[in-house]
Amino acid sequence: MQEIHLKIQRQDGPDSGPYWDEFKIPYRPQHNVISVLMALREHPVNVKGERVAPVVYEVGCMEEVCGACTMIINGKVRQACSTLVDTLAQPIVLRPMTKFRVVRDLMVDRQPMFDALRKVRGWIDIDGGYDIHVHAPRISPKDWEKNYDFSRCMTCGCCMEVCPQVNTRSQFIGPAPVGQAWLFSNHPTGKYYKEERLHALMGPGGITDCGNAQNCVRICPKEIKLTDAIARIGRDATIQALKDLFLK
Amino acid sequence: MAIKKPKIIVIGGGLGGLWATMRIAEAGNQVMLFSLFQVKRSHSACAQGGINACLDTKGQHDSVWQHVVDTIKGGAYLANQPPVKAMCEDAPGLIRTFDRMGVTWSRTPEGVMDLRLFGGVKNKRTCFAGATTGQQLLYTCDEQVRAHEERGLVKKYEFWEFLSLVKDGQGRCKGITALNLRTMEVEAFRADAVVIATGGLGLIYGKSTNSASCTGAAASRAYQQGAAFMNGEFIQFHPTGMPGDDKNRLMSEAARGEGGRIWVPRKQGDTSNPLTIPDDQRWYFLEEWYPAYGNTVPRDVAARAIWKVVRDMGMGIGGKDLVYLDLTHLSEEFLRRRLGGILEIYEKFAGDDPTKVPMKIFPAVHYSMGGIWVDWEKNETTGALKQPSPRNHQTSVPGLFSCGEADGTYHGANRLGANSLLSASYSGRVVGESVAAYVKGLKESVDTAPEDLYGNEKKRQESINKQIMSCSKGENPFLLHKELGDMMRDKVSIIRTNKQLDEALEKLKELKERASRMCLDDRHGWSNASLSYARQVQDMIVLGEDLPIPEGKFAGDPEFEAYRAKWKENNTKWLKTTLADHTPEGPKISYEDVDTSVLPVEEPRDYR
Repeated sequence: MQEIHLKIQRQDGPDSGPYWDEFKIPYRPQHNVISVLMALREHPVNVKGERVAPVVYEVGCMEEVCGACTMIINGKVRQACSTLVDTLAQPIVLRPMTKFRVVRDLMVDRQPMFDALRKVRGWIDIDGGYDIHVHAPRISPKDWEKNYDFSRCMTCGCCMEVCPQVNTRSQFIGPAPVGQAWLFSNHPTGKYYKEERLHALMGPGGITDCGNAQNCVRICPKEIKLTDAIARIGRDATIQALKDLFLK
Repeated sequence: MAIKKPKIIVIGGGLGGLWATMRIAEAGNQVMLFSLFQVKRSHSACAQGGINACLDTKGQHDSVWQHVVDTIKGGAYLANQPPVKAMCEDAPGLIRTFDRMGVTWSRTPEGVMDLRLFGGVKNKRTCFAGATTGQQLLYTCDEQVRAHEERGLVKKYEFWEFLSLVKDGQGRCKGITALNLRTMEVEAFRADAVVIATGGLGLIYGKSTNSASCTGAAASRAYQQGAAFMNGEFIQFHPTGMPGDDKNRLMSEAARGEGGRIWVPRKQGDTSNPLTIPDDQRWYFLEEWYPAYGNTVPRDVAARAIWKVVRDMGMGIGGKDLVYLDLTHLSEEFLRRRLGGILEIYEKFAGDDPTKVPMKIFPAVHYSMGGIWVDWEKNETTGALKQPSPRNHQTSVPGLFSCGEADGTYHGANRLGANSLLSASYSGRVVGESVAAYVKGLKESVDTAPEDLYGNEKKRQESINKQIMSCSKGENPFLLHKELGDMMRDKVSIIRTNKQLDEALEKLKELKERASRMCLDDRHGWSNASLSYARQVQDMIVLGEDLPIPEGKFAGDPEFEAYRAKWKENNTKWLKTTLADHTPEGPKISYEDVDTSVLPVEEPRDYR
């Protein structure tokens, strides 16, 4: 393999139409998709020989812990930094995620996911950021393991991309925020606000909009057991609905 | 009377910036939080191994005092000691606070926080959350700030880039200008106080273990507007980096802490399968040279030793810049449980399973001990810090504060592993409290500052952008950055000679001149990443001039007897903080005495 052949779906801004650009750059061993994009911006010349604007993309840690460089690579949504070129069929086709508004080229606006974290009360309530001379209550190693699974969610958007229920016709909040709502309610003091979190997920766009396609759990780059959280929240929401009905 | 509704700007949303934001908001102030991206993607997420605090829960009689001593000595006595003492004393309380915020700390069988061993210490003192401690701490602070956002105390400006300070006639910081990274428009913002929490500067070296955002550009901008920069020569080379094309990924120090052994084949140039090389044909040089600490010597000692073995003795694997970091003698179950996520990174990027095959590593640029100079106020009774004090973490520009890796307070010449998450969090907390105290003492609100201060600075920034955007022939910022990085890695590396440093300064002068003629392939007025990059490269070069400090402190290497003999003599000359003040011709260097009132400088560092 002498060259790396790239086909990139580009877009100049949120309101302009998409178009394709193709590039060929010299092959190097150990290249990943981010290092290819970095090499490309040094000499942004497409296969037609035109010098074009370098491709715009988001990049952060380059070691798959920040979630920034998520895009669709050869049809699969994943982090560009941890996608090694040697594992890909050519031409390598890069597209922006489709469930978010495109900012430019491969960069999308994932703000709705962060807004969703506010909606589900994605934090533990504390009196303040100072020492009160006691720890939080103990957490069993088993609970720790479950919580740690979810606390690694980097809000990358892979689960949103593959979820058939996340689309312009639906209000579904998506798998990641449901997972986070579960996480905070499984903390010994976070559970004090479990009811509020459940209520946030009981209305339109909430847990009942999940269609149980289970794509989320299969795509998650951190293998977070998202469907477990969805099932538990679904069960708890049903119980909460009954409580709301009879205990008010 | 105190001013009503002070406005405060925090720049940078990593651990330091988020802690600062929290504490400022908790005091009832309004915070505008600026970041190049969603703060949850900040570089703090990359810290893997842990955070140090003396919890003494492992039956080892660990003490806060020992943490103080290890940190001071680990930094070769070149950090002012009262802030170090304060940080170590406050560390356990900080950990408890994190615990209440819901950090998923790894647990012992009885459900309390577990501890692990790290380099440069003899006791287990490192709290950790699986293999992603930094990510867990960052996310927890991100969540707390989200709660403050919900309460209306914090407004985030994500995808905005800090460009410059706005200063009044007396030189006080009264706000900033920033670039909207979507519309590419410059705006000026008023603020009663500003905090720079923009992290490290690894990208000045091109490739490092840092995230793409760690350019040091923000620190450079503050420096160019009057904030003194300290100890720029102290760059930490992490001994166990995985060399790569786009970056040098990190193999956590936890790998050594959990029993990893560093070795090279005794036969020079040996390229045979490491698993077939018998034990007596392997040279465990750290264990041989430093029997007391072995593989867990501090990072600078390990990096210099690897450098010596590979570059001076030519003993790298197959003659290359590589040595083995070996975990294969430990059980797979143990390794997966203790180091799971860390090993996955190696597997993912190098393609080998480190539980089966020894890893190949080499030192990589990792952390800047130096940074923006900040003040501190000593508590004469305790010998630590007076808290709160508006002096703590205030830069040499009144009203401008700094914390985290961006400032240079806590680590002297070398940072101990797992002390960075501590200093980022701690200094963020302290700066938050300082800012709250500072604005309380202000007589005049920033609302009274004249409008033309802001208008003029905004125009100045717009004209810089316009010049870059309208250029038709000139330097490519991406290639110029590459040239800068290659030169820095070559000349300002683990072992430096004054000749190399002079050459580096010459080259930086040339690059600075060429960087004034940047030219972009991207002409778009929307989300133009090249424009932002070009400006960062310009400022990286200027800050780069603070790194090759000629002569002096850097030369010390505690592993040589000659150094020990001359140690006391050297101390009279080099027990100093290096200060750099910006001038158009380059940095003006001066030196300041180090406060050694906590631990007298009597014993050289010795890890043998």
